[in-house]
Amino acid sequence: MVRNKIRIGADVGGTFTDVVLEANGEIFSTKVLTTYESPEIGILQGIHAVIADSETSLSELDSFIHGTTLATNALISRTGAKTAFITTNGFRDTIEMRTESRFEQYDLNLELPKPLIERKDRYVLSERISADGSVLLPFDEMEAKNLIKHLSLEENGYEAVAVGFIHSYMNDKHESLFQEMLLDQLPNIKVSISSEVSPQMREFERFNTVCANAYVQPMMASYLERLKTKLAHAGAKCDIHLIHSGGGLISIESAIKFPVRLIESGPAGGAIFASEIATRHGIDAALSYDMGGTTAKICLIDEQSPRSAKTFEVARTHRFTKGSGMPISIPVIEMIEIGAGGGSIANVDDLKQIRVGPLSAGSEPGPAAYGLGGSLATVTDANVLLGRISPETFGADDINLIPEESGKAISTDVAEPLETDAESAAIGIIEVVDENMANAARVHAVENGRDVSQYTMIAFGGGAPLHASRLCDKLEIERLLIPPGAGVGSAIGFLQTPFSYEALKSFYVSTQNFDHKSVNKLLVDLTSEATEFVMDASNEKHNIASLIVERCAFMRYAGQGWEITVPLENKTFDSLGIELLKNKFEKTYEEHFGRAIEGLQIEVVGWSVKVTSPKPETEKTITVDSENIVTTDFKRVIYDSVEDSEVEASVFQREKLNPGDCVMGPAIIVENQTTTWVPSNKKLSTQQDECLLITKKTEAAE
Amino acid sequence: MNQLKNQVMWNRLISIVEEQALALVRTAFSTSVREAGDLSAGVYDTKGRMIAQAITGTPGHVNTMAAAVANFIEDIGPHRIYEGDVYITNDPWKGTGHLHDFTVVTPVFRNANLIGYFGCTAHVVDVGGRGFGPDATEVYEEGLFVPIMKLLERGKLNEDLINIVRHNVRESSQVIGDLHSLSTSNETGMRRLHGMLEEFDLDDLEDLAEFIFEKTHEATIKRLSKLEPGEYKNEMQVDGYNETVTLKVNITVNQDGAHADFAGSSPTCEHGVNVPLVYAHAYYSYAMLVALAPEMPSNYASLAAFTVSAPEGCILNAKHPDPVAVRHVTGHFVTDLCLGAISQALPHVIPAEGAGALWNFHVSARASESNTDLPPREILMFNSGGTGARPNLDGLSSTAFPSGVRTMSSEATEQVGPIVIWRKELRPNSGGNGRHRGGLGQIIELAPSKGYKFFFSCMFDRVENPARGRDGGENGSPGKVYLDDGTPFDAKGKQPVPEGRRLILELPGGGGFGNPEERNPDSINNDLAQGYVS
Repeated sequence: MVRNKIRIGADVGGTFTDVVLEANGEIFSTKVLTTYESPEIGILQGIHAVIADSETSLSELDSFIHGTTLATNALISRTGAKTAFITTNGFRDTIEMRTESRFEQYDLNLELPKPLIERKDRYVLSERISADGSVLLPFDEMEAKNLIKHLSLEENGYEAVAVGFIHSYMNDKHESLFQEMLLDQLPNIKVSISSEVSPQMREFERFNTVCANAYVQPMMASYLERLKTKLAHAGAKCDIHLIHSGGGLISIESAIKFPVRLIESGPAGGAIFASEIATRHGIDAALSYDMGGTTAKICLIDEQSPRSAKTFEVARTHRFTKGSGMPISIPVIEMIEIGAGGGSIANVDDLKQIRVGPLSAGSEPGPAAYGLGGSLATVTDANVLLGRISPETFGADDINLIPEESGKAISTDVAEPLETDAESAAIGIIEVVDENMANAARVHAVENGRDVSQYTMIAFGGGAPLHASRLCDKLEIERLLIPPGAGVGSAIGFLQTPFSYEALKSFYVSTQNFDHKSVNKLLVDLTSEATEFVMDASNEKHNIASLIVERCAFMRYAGQGWEITVPLENKTFDSLGIELLKNKFEKTYEEHFGRAIEGLQIEVVGWSVKVTSPKPETEKTITVDSENIVTTDFKRVIYDSVEDSEVEASVFQREKLNPGDCVMGPAIIVENQTTTWVPSNKKLSTQQDECLLITKKTEAAE
Repeated sequence: MNQLKNQVMWNRLISIVEEQALALVRTAFSTSVREAGDLSAGVYDTKGRMIAQAITGTPGHVNTMAAAVANFIEDIGPHRIYEGDVYITNDPWKGTGHLHDFTVVTPVFRNANLIGYFGCTAHVVDVGGRGFGPDATEVYEEGLFVPIMKLLERGKLNEDLINIVRHNVRESSQVIGDLHSLSTSNETGMRRLHGMLEEFDLDDLEDLAEFIFEKTHEATIKRLSKLEPGEYKNEMQVDGYNETVTLKVNITVNQDGAHADFAGSSPTCEHGVNVPLVYAHAYYSYAMLVALAPEMPSNYASLAAFTVSAPEGCILNAKHPDPVAVRHVTGHFVTDLCLGAISQALPHVIPAEGAGALWNFHVSARASESNTDLPPREILMFNSGGTGARPNLDGLSSTAFPSGVRTMSSEATEQVGPIVIWRKELRPNSGGNGRHRGGLGQIIELAPSKGYKFFFSCMFDRVENPARGRDGGENGSPGKVYLDDGTPFDAKGKQPVPEGRRLILELPGGGGFGNPEERNPDSINNDLAQGYVS
């Protein structure tokens, strides 16, 4: 008999490091505090804990999958390497001038984010490629040699160099030439070039991406090497894989070369976790909702795969406002992140309105109820005051909730300014934070041409199961699933992630100048690039024919600024290919916007090929409403917004619920790391896979 | 709890109009909408009073749109408003200030009763006439004028109007596409509104609108009390088309509001830099809100406190048929003009003057030789100089203020048309010195691609009249426009750039704030190390 595989997933987050071990189909998990200086220490601590729990040994480990916010944190806290940026003469300030706009229209004291690489560390060279890829001005090797001499000077002390030339996504000749010269003469410096890191049009985004890659590279390389060594010393013999922002696994070597692809890998794990649940339950339209201490993340999952994008923004400096961060153009799972978490701080503005977030009390000093020095009213405090979280059943062992502190904070910060009582204020806080999340979800769906009410919500993360039912009511969503392991969802997601890589390139063709041979060649090149990454990462040496290849074109009407992603068949184009593309585009356009427009030229601005290793078949389950109503004498008084009054709710331990059990709201389901709230208008059905399905009570049941 | 319910619905309305705006951004063709955010969207009550406005958008549109819907109700006539109707105009005086902006308004019916309107505005690619630029001497030359009329009646499209548009504008498919986008955007808003009314079991918006207006009015008046009642005056010189323009304001503040009178400003000019009063009003309201009540949601009540007047024939009160195509060039200065007036009263709030008007240009690229088959191309680009230094911060370099638009990527622009942008970089030494330094302008060098020449339409200001410093701060550097062989180039109007030549634009910097001798030595050293100052 084949031994069942033992795998570990480790998600290093801002506060906690989650470690999950899977053996013989069983999951063992732990949360340890993140050890900022050397994250590998926390990881090993977690690993030893789950190894002990599962009575296995590290030497039996088959695979170790890792995701980390380390790269993201380095960009936020600006603690990366001393980096130089070399660009085309005339474009020294592109990453500083940004979009020339203010992300907040009504703030006279607005401060724009500082460029990742300061002006004094940005240099220019004479060279120029044109929009069609031809050379307008040859690369000046003499000038380049002198610049390299300058960069090598001890007092400059550069650890990394980023290179980004104009239109290098069309022709990488000059960038590659300069890279060779740099590697040849400065062997100890890490070099990143934009045509490799992010061959996409738009100089601000591409330059910033290559700068970010270079900036975090020395640190990430050293961390990953250390981790590899430590794991080997501890007895692990398996390979290490990293999860990338597009939601796939890559080898440690690829991660060292392109560390920028590790940004947002934790949230990607969460989206994959939700996709897996969606697959298991056969849900074609799922909304993944992950709420933690500081933020909530929302992602649309259509046909069991999360939506992806070509560019995103990290390190937002101002209330998560769009435009206040830095753009990174790499394939990414698309999601929105809003400043709404358990720690989000509530207050009252000039209009006598309650405002919640985006500032968060985090874990230090934390909500007032934690008694760890926090005195400001937070969402968690409102939940405590309303009885939705209780000291008796709160999941974390080392925190003793003090409801009196919550009451005091809410009275001072919210109730008094509104001339009302603390409970009404707490109700207001919850209502406002729920409304904020619902609005963000709705707008996100619209931006993607989707109607959110048609989705099934999958809620996980510490805070989500408590708020999810109300969110569903606001979004007119009828079905809600709370999966098992909700508290460590992202790390579980890591274990379900296939090997994958998406290669992407800007290449401009229109209905007028469709050159099918060039397009075919480009797609073949992209396919082999992506295949190489997957084969390289995967130790199982997949049969190439078994790999899943997905090809897309990014298309628009000539003159439009937004491209839509048009999936392509895996066939080569012939001279009539443009007609095929046109039809596909018009069909996709209609899906998004209701109607196609006649008489316009259509253009393709970019292409992508994603190669994925075959996924193991997911065991399907049928989602059912249970009939076996279970009851309990253990009750608690909780405010219910559906009734707009206090109700007596049943309290259940999640592990005591069996498949087929049905719980009628109002009820509270408690477990380690999270609490699920079932309001009076809802009922809960425990599924075969231990997911909790929450739906509206039927007429008969009421 | 009613208060909470109303708050939730208010936030929901803002979210609904935001969805409406995003739907427009996603489907629009116009460069200025999709790349630069030159649009707005809002929801109105049955009297045409704006209840909520999308955050996405730029002040010129935001605040002019607030007034537009009442004009629609009056011109269509209440008895001719039917379910399924959609109205349209690009009337500069009843819409948003020039023919390039189309405003589309859709009445909302619920159970056969009219309950309000959705409206939105977008800058379209072309409206015919001379093309986008200041050179016309009457609005007739600036393009097709569509008075307030029905685009759809009871769901039926006005094919005649579409046909007229098709035969009067360049790039007509794109323009017509944008008209449909505007109408679809209102539909999106309408769908969501019905959903909300359903959820909260409401038949109309009356009570909610009253709640919003009342709360906003109270808060606005409270904020206004930061200004002592009295008169506040300011005067500013800008370049104008061919002779210096004086802009003058006298703001009278009392307990109920603040009234700006622009008497004493120069008369209208014979070219298209004139401003309809609605547009001047928009940038005046923006100045007052940004200075006094930056967090206030924009609606009828927040804007009602700020009124304007100007004598007829004044450059800030142009009348039909004065040319107004590039009204933003003069209009954008209204904000700095009004901020300057209240600066004595708010010394720790108001920044120095900045570059003000955007440095937008429009390029008509044509083959150098007539016997080639190189296609003609039109290219539009938005660029910004520096903003004025703030009482406690340096100005922002190459950043739009008061306009809210973004620039376009050079690479994307070069993919659209035969242009090579050789330089787009900060302009060192262009920010005015001061305790806090003005934002830097930028330098742009551009040239036609091989085989092409340009007809280059300039609409640049602050070449003769730099941004003034405040409180002892020095002026920012004025702008410059010239060809690389030294040929002079006018800052306004259409001129040729032959193949082989480069055009160089040096955008103005912002004014400094406070005595330069009080500048922090670390900031001085940093300016030198980074090369912001040499």
